[in-house]
Amino acid sequence: MERDSVFHNDRLGAPRNPLLDELPSYQSLLYRRKPSASGSTKRRGSSRTRLGSSSSGKWGQTTVARQYEEKHRTQTLQRPVRELPKPMAEKRRDKDQRLEQAKDLSSWSQWRQSTRRTLRRLKEDGFEMLSNLELWRGDIHVIEGMFGTGILSYFSFLRFLVLLNFVMFLLMFGFVMLPIITAPHASGNTTFNHVDGFECSNYPSTSRRGLVVFHQHITDLLSGAGFLEQTYLFYGYYKVETIHFPKFTYNLPLAYLLVTIAYLFLSLIWIVKRSATGFKRKLVQDEDRFQSFCNKIFAGWDFCIVNDSAARLKRSSLLYELKTDLEEERIKQKIADRTRKEKCRIYVIRLILNLFVIAVLAACFYSIYIATNFSQKAQMTKVNFILDLIYEYLPSIVITLANFITPLIFSLIIQFEDYSPAFEIRFTLMRCVFMRLTSICVLLVSLWGQITSCQEGNCVCGYNHILYPCWESRVGQEMYKLMIFDFLIIGAVTVFVEFPRKLIVDYCDCGLAKWWGQQEFAIPQNVLEIVYGQTICWIGTFYCPLLPAICTIKYFIIFYIKKVTLVNNCRPATRPFRASSSNFFFLAVLLIGLALACVPVTIGIAQISCSQACGPFINYTTSWEVVPRTVSQLPAGARTFLLAISSEAFAVSLFVITCLAMFYVIALAGAHKRVINQLREQLVMDGRDKRFLIQKLCQAQRTCAIRSTGSGFQSHSSDRVSPSYRSNSGVFLVQPPPDSATHV
Amino acid sequence: MGNKQTIFTDEQFEAYQDCTFFTRKEILQLHGRFHELAPHLVPLDYTNQPDVRLPLALIVSMPELKENPFRHRIVEVFSEDGQGNMSFNDFVDMFSALCETAPRELKTIYAFKIYDFNVDNFLCKEDLEKTLNRLTKGELTPEEVNLVCSKAMEEADLDGDSKLSFSDFENMISKAPDFLSTFHLRI
Repeated sequence: MERDSVFHNDRLGAPRNPLLDELPSYQSLLYRRKPSASGSTKRRGSSRTRLGSSSSGKWGQTTVARQYEEKHRTQTLQRPVRELPKPMAEKRRDKDQRLEQAKDLSSWSQWRQSTRRTLRRLKEDGFEMLSNLELWRGDIHVIEGMFGTGILSYFSFLRFLVLLNFVMFLLMFGFVMLPIITAPHASGNTTFNHVDGFECSNYPSTSRRGLVVFHQHITDLLSGAGFLEQTYLFYGYYKVETIHFPKFTYNLPLAYLLVTIAYLFLSLIWIVKRSATGFKRKLVQDEDRFQSFCNKIFAGWDFCIVNDSAARLKRSSLLYELKTDLEEERIKQKIADRTRKEKCRIYVIRLILNLFVIAVLAACFYSIYIATNFSQKAQMTKVNFILDLIYEYLPSIVITLANFITPLIFSLIIQFEDYSPAFEIRFTLMRCVFMRLTSICVLLVSLWGQITSCQEGNCVCGYNHILYPCWESRVGQEMYKLMIFDFLIIGAVTVFVEFPRKLIVDYCDCGLAKWWGQQEFAIPQNVLEIVYGQTICWIGTFYCPLLPAICTIKYFIIFYIKKVTLVNNCRPATRPFRASSSNFFFLAVLLIGLALACVPVTIGIAQISCSQACGPFINYTTSWEVVPRTVSQLPAGARTFLLAISSEAFAVSLFVITCLAMFYVIALAGAHKRVINQLREQLVMDGRDKRFLIQKLCQAQRTCAIRSTGSGFQSHSSDRVSPSYRSNSGVFLVQPPPDSATHV
Repeated sequence: MGNKQTIFTDEQFEAYQDCTFFTRKEILQLHGRFHELAPHLVPLDYTNQPDVRLPLALIVSMPELKENPFRHRIVEVFSEDGQGNMSFNDFVDMFSALCETAPRELKTIYAFKIYDFNVDNFLCKEDLEKTLNRLTKGELTPEEVNLVCSKAMEEADLDGDSKLSFSDFENMISKAPDFLSTFHLRI
């Protein structure tokens, strides 16, 4: 008989004990079972079944087992049928069973269930339709199949930026440009800002007169000057004060300012929302493990890969990762074994190298500063076409060169600093991010230095009105030039470097080609490129309202450029970038860019006096002043409310409350961590208890069986003995076997 | 391929939509793929629920599974007889459990079954070593394999019995950030 196999089980402490099947923890799982011939209700389990079993059939329908089945059934009732790990036929049977049970319910709950089903069906169809509209769905699918999820995250990041820029453009267009455009059609009366004979408000026209040579148009297009300067593209064109529509008055300066603040907030909220899932997962991960081995073994293979070369590459990248991790462990050991003398030496080396890095950065920033000043001065005098263009684009050229050279220097230096490989990658990346984003700020600082410095020392109008009658347009032009140049460089590098490289590596057989190797799609550098572009967009939109539209088109085209170069020229990086951490990394860098972009915009709005020859803020000293002036014109109730919110008392109390909330949350997190550690220890102890008890049980059963067979009352006594085991719950303490002398 | 309406009855569509994560269009697509694997065996008309099973060798030749190192185990786990012979129901089941919208718990259960090579409801060291060898196709030295497996066991084994039960596995997978994004098949 089958159950006797337990008694005669002479595998001591064998891992496979049928008693384990009765444990509640196993019963709470549903396993596939062999469909028995007699129907679904009879549960037959056997330890020999290939697919395992979750049955209690061998021991009959014990009361506790039945209770667990009931609980199980009620549990599964709460979960939809499709989420049960059962084969299709059983799911159908479950569904029919539930429908039968549902018929017993009142008609109200029946109706509710059926509406819920139809709503769910509608929602699914709706989602399917929406996902068909999703931009670039097919392209991203192809990329995922060929290169895996790491590179996929780069492209979905790019798609996110296209959408963000498009929404920013819609905001600007809807609230700033549309009223101006529709004013004549909607019988609106536009009042322009006064241009009296005051010397600060003298704005010479910049459009060219007379016979214009064709290449001058090209120069104008590329630098935003000339015919482009007095268009919707730049701040200077919006000289409107109010628009009087028949029903209401539209305060354009206020709208302009509020839209700027709105798009910065919108970007912040959207990015934070997108990074929330990744951040939560990162917190759950163990802090002291970089990437655990389990994650690589069980979640390492990308099931989406269909391409055989991609599969080979994935295998080699997994191999590389595992070897790197083993190397990490070895290095950690080495670091722990370092002597004091070695530590001192390493710290001194690190200090020197960090000073060197700071020196390199300072040199780059200084060269950007010099280039900007030179470029501004040189723009006053025109020499010839090519030289003019170079002078215009000098800051962009210097920034691009610096961003090209410094990563090479950094990756060279970090090898001497003797960090662990994981930290090396992160630290180099941080340095590159800092370099890229700060170079824009240096450009802006040097530009503002130029704008606010006058010959007489103290500027009459608050800015240099002789050289920069409309300084905001000039800043907008610089941002425009940066953006155009960035786009041209990306296109040029693809066409003139990556394609030839592929041709050389494929057709040329010399050693140099072999050493250079095929292009790798380096995700971090590409991400930095587009974050750099996005930061320019955020800073520049205030001065160049059509910049988000240009940015949308730019990223749209870059998607196709990158896709083409990826598919044709690249092999995936040998140092793989994990999708999970990469999403978080992209959004973190983007947030840094946003934070950095807010600073120049805030200073430009609140600190520097706006130009009095162009733009919507002619009648105000600074751009921000429009807000207090509007508030003072509001009705009394709203005014007192807004003044109360912006007062110091409110700010201090808000700060105190936020601090208290933060302390509470930190304390809660600490308490949770302690509880988790306690529970973990308890789990370990319980596991050991379980094994100990099972061993004791097996021993006792064995001694009992030996005794009962030894005393001669074979199947009879085992029949007598076993019911006592059968009628109790699964795991239980051994009852002392009946004394053979008294047993009949 | 014939009028779409005659492949499945409406009732069958309802049942499929309730029991899987697919819409009608996707179920028809799946039927098309199933039919492509063996056009002579698989009938176009499924209204009377024919019992047609395709052998393991045919299923693992599908492009979605061809490059997967665990393809044999996947097909075995989802087939009803455990040998890899799949009916259309099993086929749909497989893609449904491994699709993007399937919840994490469901995927964890099936992942456990797939990685359990000797089907003893535990992931012992041999299972881990087999998994690792399938992943790296024997490029690691035996000592390295041993080291990686013992480190992985150390990380995940909570109750200290030197093998992973399902609760150990589930706990470990919940902390593995890549699981949801890698453990899915696209049709």
